Amino acid sequence: MTIIHGIIAWLTDPANWSGEDGIPLRLLQHVTYSGVALLAAAAIALPVGLWIGHTGRFAFLVVNLANAGRALPTVGILVLVVALAGIGFLPVLVALVVLAVPPILVNTFEGIRSVDPTIPAAARGMGMRGTQILLRTELPVALPAVLLGLRTAAIQTVSTATIAAYVSLGGLGRYVFDGFQRAQYDVVAGGAVLVAVLAVATEGLFTLLMIVLVSPGVRRRAG
Amino acid sequence: MSWDWIGSHGPLIGSLLGEHLYLSVVPVVLGLVIALPVGIVCARYRRLYGPVLAATSILYAIPSLALFVFLIGITGLRNETVLIPLTLYTLSVLVRNVVDGMRSVPEPVRDAATGMGFGPLRRLVQVELPVAIPLVVAGVRVATVSNISMVSIGSLLGFGGLGQLFTTYGIQLNFFTTAIIVGVVLSVALAVAADALLVGLQRLLTPWAPR
Repeated sequence: MTIIHGIIAWLTDPANWSGEDGIPLRLLQHVTYSGVALLAAAAIALPVGLWIGHTGRFAFLVVNLANAGRALPTVGILVLVVALAGIGFLPVLVALVVLAVPPILVNTFEGIRSVDPTIPAAARGMGMRGTQILLRTELPVALPAVLLGLRTAAIQTVSTATIAAYVSLGGLGRYVFDGFQRAQYDVVAGGAVLVAVLAVATEGLFTLLMIVLVSPGVRRRAG
Repeated sequence: MSWDWIGSHGPLIGSLLGEHLYLSVVPVVLGLVIALPVGIVCARYRRLYGPVLAATSILYAIPSLALFVFLIGITGLRNETVLIPLTLYTLSVLVRNVVDGMRSVPEPVRDAATGMGFGPLRRLVQVELPVAIPLVVAGVRVATVSNISMVSIGSLLGFGGLGQLFTTYGIQLNFFTTAIIVGVVLSVALAVAADALLVGLQRLLTPWAPR
């Protein structure tokens, strides 16, 4: 139980809540790294997933590539980009984007592909065209699957952004690495608790988004 | 790329590969052994499933790196320390898939087994589990691939496996790119091979499934 006392003492010490190494700044850095990486990954994976789901073209190739991408070791990508481009935000961004693209892409594709084919057919009959059919009928119906992919990617990104501290950046991972080096395990555990809380909050955010964004009709059927 | 380095370090690369395989596969086996009974019980008693699911998803939210460090304080910087968090992650993936698999058994199939005189245990082993195999194997595939990539994270703290090629032989040897690329390529190859093996195993276990 001493470790729990240690975590509580560390989390409630006012000295840890201000300054360069304070929790608010570290938290902001962590959210920034994960948020930028998630946005970049979504900007790549959403259009590709939507397009191959809608047209069915290159689906086999892209989905298999994405699944192989899941096997890429994040640490390996991180140090490889550091070796090629030097220390900075770029290696962290690349490593996190590589981590986040596969779940978004595969879920978006699967979601669009499993839309009942009579729905786009009806839209076509009503005079809609390609992009309209995709954005106004297929996407709303597939939205739960798309959001699920984004949620998985977001949780993994938040949890993995911890490794940014390995290449001298900030974020909550600083507590984990610095605590480890100084053998201050309550700092390590406190940092871990903060990352876990952030990940659970991310999950909550996406549950909320699911309620706000998914149309009630689709939600009732999916529920 | 320095091909000479690869040629002269074959035994080292081989032993790191073996270590990586051991560290990622043992947790899958342990996780499966635990997840099967837990999942079967959760599929039967729905009230248990909610709390178990909540516990496993919170567990999944804890960053692996932090869990590694936390455990170093308890069990030390030995390779066995890596097995504990990876087994827990595997569990959180597999319990869900075992429950989904058990629920995917159609009620008429269950009734037919009962009608043919199968007792609960025999029905479970000979009817329900075989029907659940595709979903269970799907979970094992996800867990195996994610374990293979997570073992490398342990190398940031000094644990073994292919991740050593990123840290000890890569970044710490003046950003030696060859070692890093060898590590990335072998990690992906290991994951792809393990996945192909599991797909083959599933075909072997479910000869009735359509090809």
